[in-house]
Order: sequence, then C-alpha cells, then structure tokens
Amino acid sequence: MQLAIAILLDGLSFASYLFIVSVGLTIVFGVMKILNVAHGSFYAWGAYLSAYLITLFSDMGYPNWFGFLLIPVATVVVGLVLSVIIERLVLRRMYHQDEVLIVLATFGLFLISEDLLLLVFGVNPYFAYQPMAALGNVRLGGISRDVYSMTLSALALIVAVACWWGLTRTRWGKLISVVIHDREIGLAMGLNVGMIYLAIFVIGAMLGALGGAYIAPTISVSPGFGIDVIVLSFAVVVIGGMGSIPGALIGAVMVGVLRAMAVHLMPELELFVVFAVMAIVLIVRPEGLFAPAKARTI
Amino acid sequence: MLDILKTDKTIRWAALAFLALALSGLVIDAWILNNLMFGLARGLAVLGLLVLWRTGLISFGHALYFGIGAYTVALLDTFAGVTDLVLRLGVAVAASAAIGFLLGFILRKYRGIFFAMLSLAFSMVLYGILVKIEALGSTDGFSVSATTIFGWKPETKFPLFCAIVATAVVAIVCVQFYLRTTLGHLTTAIRDNELRVEYLGYSVAKAIHIKYVISAALTGAAGAMLATALGQVDPDSMVNWTISGELVFITIMAGPGNVVAPFIGGIVFEFLRTYAFEWAPQAWQLIVGGALLAIIFFLPRGIWSIFEKLMARIKGSQG
Repeated sequence: MQLAIAILLDGLSFASYLFIVSVGLTIVFGVMKILNVAHGSFYAWGAYLSAYLITLFSDMGYPNWFGFLLIPVATVVVGLVLSVIIERLVLRRMYHQDEVLIVLATFGLFLISEDLLLLVFGVNPYFAYQPMAALGNVRLGGISRDVYSMTLSALALIVAVACWWGLTRTRWGKLISVVIHDREIGLAMGLNVGMIYLAIFVIGAMLGALGGAYIAPTISVSPGFGIDVIVLSFAVVVIGGMGSIPGALIGAVMVGVLRAMAVHLMPELELFVVFAVMAIVLIVRPEGLFAPAKARTI
Repeated sequence: MLDILKTDKTIRWAALAFLALALSGLVIDAWILNNLMFGLARGLAVLGLLVLWRTGLISFGHALYFGIGAYTVALLDTFAGVTDLVLRLGVAVAASAAIGFLLGFILRKYRGIFFAMLSLAFSMVLYGILVKIEALGSTDGFSVSATTIFGWKPETKFPLFCAIVATAVVAIVCVQFYLRTTLGHLTTAIRDNELRVEYLGYSVAKAIHIKYVISAALTGAAGAMLATALGQVDPDSMVNWTISGELVFITIMAGPGNVVAPFIGGIVFEFLRTYAFEWAPQAWQLIVGGALLAIIFFLPRGIWSIFEKLMARIKGSQG
C-alpha cells in the first residue's frame, strides 16, 4: 500500500512538471507546426535563472517564501526575452521551409543555448531549496512528503484550466483556432497571423520556462539537465497527439506514472518503458492518442 | 556494374583521392591519422543518412544503428574474444541490417516529422536499455581491445586506417551503383511525388524499406569502425539522441550532392571538434549549433555545393 502511494505521488509530481513543459511544446506545434527542440532551452534557462535569483536573494537575507515571487519573475523574463529573440531572428525566416529542417534549426539553437548557459551561470550546480523549506513536509499514508511537490500538481491543474479556458472561451482563443485550422483563411480575413505566431511562441516559451523555474528548488540545477527533459516531453507530446492539450495531459500522466512505477519496481526499465510506450503509440496510432482527425491531403 | 566502374567520374576520382589518402597515412602525424579514421567512420553513417535524405526522410534516431554496430564489436570482444576486423565488421553490419529490416516494416509507413520521431523513440529504447543494465556496461560502456586482421596483429594504426579507407571506397562504389539502378533513381522521384511513383507501378513502401536497410547497414558499419578505432564504447557518446543529431548535422553540412560529400563532412567535423576543444573548450556546442544555423540559412546544399560552384566556374572559364 505504501509503495502504491509512493508510486502515485511520485508519478503525479513528475507528470505535473512534464505536463507544464509539454503543454508549451504542444501549443507551439499545434499552431505553428514547429517541433521546437529549443523548448528544452526555455526550461533550462527558466530553471537556472530562478535558482540563481532564489539563492541570490536568500543570501541577501530575504525570507524563504520570497522565492515564490522570484519564480514568476524568472518565468516571464526568460519566456519573453528568449522567445522573441528566437522567433524574430530565426524562425520567422523559416516558416516556408520543410518541417524537419525547422526541427534541425531549433536543434542548433538548443546546442547554442546549452553552451551560453554554461558561460553565463558557470559549471557549478545551484541548490535553491529555500521555497521547499518554506512549505515544510507532511505525512501522507505513512510517507513523509514535501508540500512543495504537491503544489506542483496544483500549478499543473491551473495551467491546464487556463489553457482550456483561454483557447475555448476568449476572443484570442477563437482567433488562434482559426489559424490552427487554416492559416490562409485567417490571413484572408485580415488576421495578423505573424502576431499570433509570436504570441503563441511567447506563451509556449513561458510555459517551458515555468516548468523549469518551478522545478528548480527540488533539484540541483546543473549543466546538461535540459537534455533529458526535451526528449521526455517529446514522448509526452507524441503519445498524447501533437498539438492536443488534453493529449499532453494524458501523455504526461502516463509517462509520469509509468516512470514512477519503473523507478520503484524495476529501476533498469526507467527510460526504456517511456520510449517503448512512445514507439507503441506511434505504431498503433501514428497521430497520437488524442490528435484531431485530419483529412488526407494528396 | 563493371561498366559503371569504368564510366563513372565520381568513382574514378574518389578512388584516386582515397588511394592518396591511404598512402598519406604513412607520413602524417598520429593525431591526424586518428582524426581521419574517426571522420571516415562517421562518414559511413552519414552516407547512410544521405541515402534516406535523398528521398526526403531525415532520421533523428540513427544513433540506434551506430550503437548496434559499436556494441556488437564491444560485446563480441568482451564475451567471445573476437578481435578480427572482418568478423567484427561483418557481424555488426548483419546485426544492424537485420534490426533495420525488422523496424523497416513499421517505419516505411511514416514520413516527415513522424518518421523522425519514431526513429528517435526506437533509438532511445536502446539507449534506455544500455544505460540501465549492468551486464551491458551501463553508463561506463566497454573498452574494446585492439583489432587483428586475419590473425595478424598490426603494431601501428596504419593497417586499420587502410581498412577504414577501403571500407569507405567500397561503400561509395556500392551506393553510387545502387543510386544508378532503377530502384536508386526512384530515390528523388519519391521525394518529389510519391503518388506518381505508385502510378508508375513501383511500391514506394518497398523502395523506402530497402533504402532504410541500406542506411542501417552503413551506419552499423560506421559504429563498428568507430568503436574499433576509438577502443571504447559508451551509451552517451554512441547511442544518445544528441549523437543522432550530430550525424544529421554532418549530413546537412556535407550536403546531398554527392556520395563522397559525407566523408568530407565527417573529416571536417572531426577537425572542427579537435580545434574547438583546443581553442574554445567551453564552446563546442555553440560552434556546432551556430554552424548548423549558418548552413541552413546560407549553404542549404552543404559543403559540396561549394565544389560544384567551383567546378562550374572552371568549366565556364574554359568554355
């Protein structure tokens, strides 16, 4: 029983942050048809900046809870600055190109950003445990858990609801749906598609940065840690269906729980199980579990 | 086939160039020799990717076959004591071709981003197994003992270098020959219009399947050669997805123009890396990423297109 609870809690917190990161990836793919490898960079920069700010302010004597104000700052700064630079300088010139070539370009951006991170933040790991300490621990079913990991799930839920509400209940959401379904019609109707692309890219980047910024206090932020996240969120997005928000949710929960099961029961299978599921889903349902049906174009 | 050997300009020039390269192995420094070996080995894998790229498919998971090739050599060495180069290469190629043949039944139905993603998933499955299982070396991998050639134990690296050069030439001739067959001519046809190819009476799925197996076998050979030349295999530098990305990077850098281009690309890549580690050890990924973007924007047909332009200019001035 304890094991089941441990698996469930671990899986849930892992799924939560995977969801936050993946939903950004999937939104960008859904609207712009770009599979953005550089999404891992937003995650990494978000984590680094938030860890850096938290340790900085904590050294200056600010209380532990102050970190919660710094996480959104890191998210917004990274999301805005990096994404606008990347969209305006690189992606904007590539929209007419082949999808796979754009993936390669974002891979190039990802590599560049990995080294820039090292140059800016150095090679030493950051430990920004203060926000975690501020919330303390709680006992659940005989297991001591930190409250912070649970707030992660709450945050994921807020993100999910916000995305759903934003896309279906607001004017912006409707404009975005137009662009998703037919970019040309949107242009003909006088929509500023370029602006919508930029906005979507910024939102996607902020979600990636938010995932990193919020997870930073629970891990040691060290070089190269964005590499794993980007392939894992690829798996999530592919399993759920590229471009589908409910798909990202289901995919994240599946990957999270499966990985937690593997970690607790058979640690050898930790990575294997995730990508085996990804391969099986792609074989059985190439468009993913939740992708909207599409007419075949010849 | 003999006919093509006589008439094909690419093969004639490539054979000459590689002969010169092999002879130069007698005089150049050891580090240059090593770099050339690594570069040519990588070039084999890039040649495999080129075959696929010409049909418009880019695999983001060819580290799978790279890893299979390398680990075949390592496992044969560790558990069976096999050191013979031909045996190593043969088993590695057979193993990668067999896996490629099986996965090909699935992959041949996919195009574009889905093809790339599914290849990625397969390669990460292998990575996940290798990293976590102690018996397969885990993250440390294996060391590979020095190779023998038909029972002879060479004292320098030069014979191995010659063997790699020879393999490269054989691969170039075979691929060039293949591209000149009807099936080979379908390569670009499929990229341009699949439906028309089907109407002409050819099976697109079968053609892609064959290309995939060829590409897997070449990449397996590359992995085996690199493992032998390097004397070391480990998952992070052989099987991880960033390695697939690296191979795709070299493919883009080399350009699709010619079957010799991948080897030039591979060698350029190795020297780029050596100098980058010497002058700017912190900025290796920055250089690769920057070069990738620069090539996509300014040199979409790769390094080879520079040669093409030069040749055209020379011919133009003569005429």
